[in-house]
Amino acid sequence: MSSDAQAVEPAVSPAGGKPSRAGIRLPGAGDALNKGLVVTYLGLIVLLPLAAIATKSFEDGLGGFWNAVSSPQAVASLELTVTASLIVVAINAVMGTLIAWVLVRDNFRGKGVVNSVIDLPFALPTIVASLTLLVVYGKDSPVGINIAFTQAAVVVALLFVTLPFVVRAVQPLLLSIDRDMETAAESLGASKTRIFWRIIFPNLAPGIATGIALAFARALGEFGSLILISGNVPFKTEVSSVFIRGQIESDNLVGASAVSVVLLAISLLMLAFITFVQRRGSRHDQ
Amino acid sequence: MTSSNKLNRFKVQGLLVFALVAFAAILAGCGGSDSGSGEVELVAYSTPQQAYEDHLEPAFGETDAGDGISFTNSFGASGDQSRAVEAGQGAGYVNFALETDITRLVDSGQVASTWRDNKYKGIVTNSVVSLVVRPGNPEGVESFQDLIDKDVEVVTPNPFTSGGARWNIMAIYGAAIEQGDNPEQALDKVKQVLSNAPAQPESARVALQAFIGGAGDVLLSYENEAIVAQTAGEDVEYVVPDDTILIEQPAAVTVDAPQAATDYLDYLWTDPAQEIWQEQGYRSVNPALLDKEKFPVPTGLFTIDDLGGWDKVATEFFDEENGSIAKINEELGVEGE
Repeated sequence: MSSDAQAVEPAVSPAGGKPSRAGIRLPGAGDALNKGLVVTYLGLIVLLPLAAIATKSFEDGLGGFWNAVSSPQAVASLELTVTASLIVVAINAVMGTLIAWVLVRDNFRGKGVVNSVIDLPFALPTIVASLTLLVVYGKDSPVGINIAFTQAAVVVALLFVTLPFVVRAVQPLLLSIDRDMETAAESLGASKTRIFWRIIFPNLAPGIATGIALAFARALGEFGSLILISGNVPFKTEVSSVFIRGQIESDNLVGASAVSVVLLAISLLMLAFITFVQRRGSRHDQ
Repeated sequence: MTSSNKLNRFKVQGLLVFALVAFAAILAGCGGSDSGSGEVELVAYSTPQQAYEDHLEPAFGETDAGDGISFTNSFGASGDQSRAVEAGQGAGYVNFALETDITRLVDSGQVASTWRDNKYKGIVTNSVVSLVVRPGNPEGVESFQDLIDKDVEVVTPNPFTSGGARWNIMAIYGAAIEQGDNPEQALDKVKQVLSNAPAQPESARVALQAFIGGAGDVLLSYENEAIVAQTAGEDVEYVVPDDTILIEQPAAVTVDAPQAATDYLDYLWTDPAQEIWQEQGYRSVNPALLDKEKFPVPTGLFTIDDLGGWDKVATEFFDEENGSIAKINEELGVEGE
C-alpha cells in the first residue's frame, strides 16, 4: 500500500517538470484542519510509539543504551542483519527493475499471472513463507539446494519477502515514460545502451531508490519469515529481530528497545542517503 | 413516499432501536450484578489449547460447578502471555510453561503469593523432556550423553526466545549431574550439545516444524508435544531418557478472578480432569493416577528443585548478560569465527 503511494509521488515531480507545489486544495475541510488531522494521525500512529521506544531505550541512561547495543551478541546480529539486507537490496534493485521491465515492455502468455504472483510474498503470512522455504531449500529439497540454517537462507528469505517493493515502485514509472523520447534518440543514432542509461534509467531511478529504501527497511525488521529457515543460532544465523525477541523474553525491554533504535537509525540513514543521491541526481540533470 | 410516511418509518425504527438498546442494557445488567462469575478468562501457553478447548472445558461444563460457565480463551507463547496479563489483559485462570511466568504476576500483585499452597503445589500437569527421533531411531539415541557421544545434530528451541525451551537445557545439565559430573563438566556437556545444534528455532512449535521439515537428527521436546505430533500423524518416535527432568507446568487464579476460575482450577486437579490430561499426552500430577504403561517413570527422574529451583536457575543460567548459557553462546560464537 505505502509502496504505491511513495512510488507514484516521485514519478510525477522529477519527470513532469515543475508542477505547482501546492496543487489543488482538498474540498470540504479547511487547509488548517487537514494539516491538523494529518499531524494528529501521524502523531498517534507513528511518532508516539517511536518516541516511546526511544525513551525506553535510554531509560538506563546512555551507558545502559551502549551496553545493550555493544554486547557481542547484539553486534553480531546487527552485522548479519545489515549485511544480508544490503545484499538483498542490491539484488532487488537489479532483478526488481528487470521484472518490472519485462512486465511492462514485453508481451507473453501468462503475463497477468506473473504480474499477480509478484504480490504474493506480501499476502502470505511470513511464518508460512518460512515453512515453504524450508521445504524447498531444506534437507529434502526437491531442487537439490540445501541452504537451511545458513546465512544464505537469511538472504533468500529476505529476497522473498522484499520482492514486490522495487518491482511495484518501478512499474508505474516505466509505464509513464514517453516512448517518443526513445524513438527520437534512436533516430538521432543513439545506441540502445546509451538510450537506457541516458533516458530510461534517470526516469526509473526515483522508483528504484524508493523500492530500495522500503525493501531495506523491511529487511532490517523482518522476523516471521526467518525464524524457521535461518536457524537462529546466536553469532551465526541470529538476526537482530530474533535477538530482540530474546531480550523481550528475558524481560530486558531496555535492551530490546536499544537494538530497535539502532535498526531505526540505520533505516533513517539509508533513507537520508537515498534522498541525497536523488537530489544530486536531479541537480545533475539540470 | 410522502413525508409523513417517512416520519412514521423513522419513528418505528427509532422505537425498535430503543427497544433493542434497552433489552441489551437489561441483559448486560443481569450479567454484571448476578452471574458475573459465569465467565472464566483463560490465558495459557500454546500447547494445551486443544486439551482445553476440545476436552476440559466441555467436561467442566458437565459438572455442577461448571454448569453455565463460559470461557474466553487466549493462547500464545508462555512469556508473551504472562507479560500480556501483567500489562492488563483480562485473566482469571492462567497456565504457563514455567514457574517464572507466574512469578512475574506474583511480583505485579496479580497472583497471590500463596498460589503454591495447595495439594499439588500449583502444578496442574507434568511432562518430561524427551528425545524425538526419526522412525526406528536410526542413530540409536537413548540419553543426553548419546547426543554428544554419537555426534548427532540436535534441534532445540532457542532458550532465550522460548522460555519453555529452558526445560530442555536443564534436562541436559541435570542428567550430567545425575551421572556424577560437577557443575562445570555438566555445563560443558550443554555446550557440546548446543555446538551441534544447526537450528535453535524461536519456539517449540516452530522447532517441531523444522524437525519434521528435515532439520537435525534429534529434537529435544516435551513428551506431551511428541505425543501430540504422533497423534497428528507425524512420522516421529520419541525416547524418554533414564535421566531426565520432570517438567512442571504451573497454573493459578488471579486475585480478581471470579469464583468460577477457582472452581475450574480445582476441577483440573480432580481425577476425571487428570485422566483427560493423560489422554492428551500430559502426565498426571497425582501419583496414584499416573498411567505407568503410557508414561514409564524414568529411573533417574529429577526436578528443577533438585537443581536449585527456577528463581535461582533463571538468574544463573538464563540471565541474558551473565547467565552461563549466554556465556556458552558467546564462546561458541567466538570459536565459530
